[in-house]
Amino acid sequence: MIEPQKMQALADRMAEVRGRSPWADARRRFLRNRAAMAGMAILILVALFAAFGDRIAVWSNEELDFSVMGQIATLGAPSLDNGHYFGTDDLGRDLFARTVQGTQVSLLVGIVGAGIAVIVGTIYGAVAGYAGGRTDQVMMRAVDILMSVPYMFVLILLLVMFGRSMSMLFLGIGLISWLDMSRIVRGQTLSLKHREFIEAARATGVPAWRIIARHIVPNLLGVVAVYATLLVPLMILTESFISFLGLGVQEPLTSWGALISEGAGTMGYGTLWQLVFPLFFFVVTLFGFFFVGDGLRDALDPKDR
Amino acid sequence: MAMFILRRLAVAIPTLLALIVLSFLLMHMAPGGPFTQERALPPQVLANLNAKYGLDDPLWRQIWNYVHGIVVHFDFGPSFVYPDRTVNQLIAAGFPVTLTYGTLAFAAAVIVGVTLGTIAAIRHNTWLDYLAVGVSIGAQVLPNFVMAPLLVLVLTLWMGWLPGGGWSFSDPSFWIMPVIALSTSYMASIARITRSSMLEVLGGNHIRTARAKGMPERRVILRHALRPAMLPVISYLGPVFVSMITGSVVIDIYFSTGGIGKAFVDSALNRDYAVMMGVTILVGALTILFNLLVDILYAWIDPRIRY
Repeated sequence: MIEPQKMQALADRMAEVRGRSPWADARRRFLRNRAAMAGMAILILVALFAAFGDRIAVWSNEELDFSVMGQIATLGAPSLDNGHYFGTDDLGRDLFARTVQGTQVSLLVGIVGAGIAVIVGTIYGAVAGYAGGRTDQVMMRAVDILMSVPYMFVLILLLVMFGRSMSMLFLGIGLISWLDMSRIVRGQTLSLKHREFIEAARATGVPAWRIIARHIVPNLLGVVAVYATLLVPLMILTESFISFLGLGVQEPLTSWGALISEGAGTMGYGTLWQLVFPLFFFVVTLFGFFFVGDGLRDALDPKDR
Repeated sequence: MAMFILRRLAVAIPTLLALIVLSFLLMHMAPGGPFTQERALPPQVLANLNAKYGLDDPLWRQIWNYVHGIVVHFDFGPSFVYPDRTVNQLIAAGFPVTLTYGTLAFAAAVIVGVTLGTIAAIRHNTWLDYLAVGVSIGAQVLPNFVMAPLLVLVLTLWMGWLPGGGWSFSDPSFWIMPVIALSTSYMASIARITRSSMLEVLGGNHIRTARAKGMPERRVILRHALRPAMLPVISYLGPVFVSMITGSVVIDIYFSTGGIGKAFVDSALNRDYAVMMGVTILVGALTILFNLLVDILYAWIDPRIRY
């Protein structure tokens, strides 16, 4: 006799063991990685802070609070009463609003810089790897040469000579950061290009650019995504480094590096909060990106399976 | 081996020349000349200045003179802002300082990093391992420009143990903070790399054989595991070297140590292009030289590698 209930239970179990795609597998591994999830939560909170911090701030980032001026060390401390949640900076500007702005700028630089690196590096590496032969040799030798250039010095050279603007900063960071990416992508392309599906595409007469765009690049996305996540904190570090030296974004704009620099300059006068708050956001965000990047790598790394 | 070194040199020299010419062209393309001031100089004075520094020559001739000066006489020309100083003098003043704390920081990063990583690998999955991994993850988000203020805060302002800045060749207490600030994050990376490659090597067959023969563990690690485990670390030394030179800029500014980083940032703020280019080219040359050394070391440690 067939019991309908037992049959139903069996059917339910059958449904559960349906095959999983590699992507679903990766997603599951990623969601199980505690460090990566913590990193993700941190990044979401920091992004929310950057997006909505302006709404909470009582003061704008440019206003000078004349009532605390001259006695920053005593009156400018963090306080809920006068609206300076993070205290004020040395000029009496609200540090909360400044930190929000710095977070926006630093995240923007990180994401745009990594974005440029991803686009340029992927195209360059895929073309070099797919073309092969002498083209590949020349293209990768050019990368080797650029790699031995002291990039931070050249970046500062560019910024000084062509004016310190955000667009110049993006351009300079983007110009340099795609090198590693192109190497990784080229290596992956080399291993892909002799696979059957690429040969099939070539045999049916698909033009080279379309093979790259439709068949090679989509298969690289896992590696690219991992590396892009690890690139964002590196871009943030680069920008902060330059801003720390006072050669990066200019007033009234600010960034974490500039804020850390200001805070570090005045910490001897008992205004430690000027260093602590920007530093906190900086460190926490870097942690977040590194954890998420490591988690993605573990989740997508085929060696691990 | 000689052939290999020659071939690498054949690539390195054109690279260096390209760097020199490129940075010269960059300077040439930049808006405004070195003598552009808020109050414009009389045209006659400007023409004389340009003639004195050879800036009215045709471009190819200027490039040729510049390259010729560097290659033949190791002369980077005069500073544009301090008429009585040459670029060579400005660089030479800071170079010994940078070299001193840079070498110390490099040695500290490698020695401490490799030791930490090796201990973590030998004591895999014990509290020592977790401690080493934890420390190295933490240190990763503490780049030199974060470490520097934190060190000054704790060791100078709170404890009063060390001078907060300045430099003296005879007093090592001035060296401690620059070295720590510069080396921490690379120490952490080297420790991580050593640990993972050591773990891989320790799982290998030759290690099992060595242990089966009854070789003392100490000897197994030092003789048979450390050498192959060093390869990934060595290929990471090139980037570390470059980053440390770059980091010396922060050290020089923050600790007022007066190395070449100070010359670079001062010239960047003064738009003294000649000094900026000089430092950039010098650093580029050092980088290329160092990468060559790393390649040779790599081939020496791993005889399977042939180029």
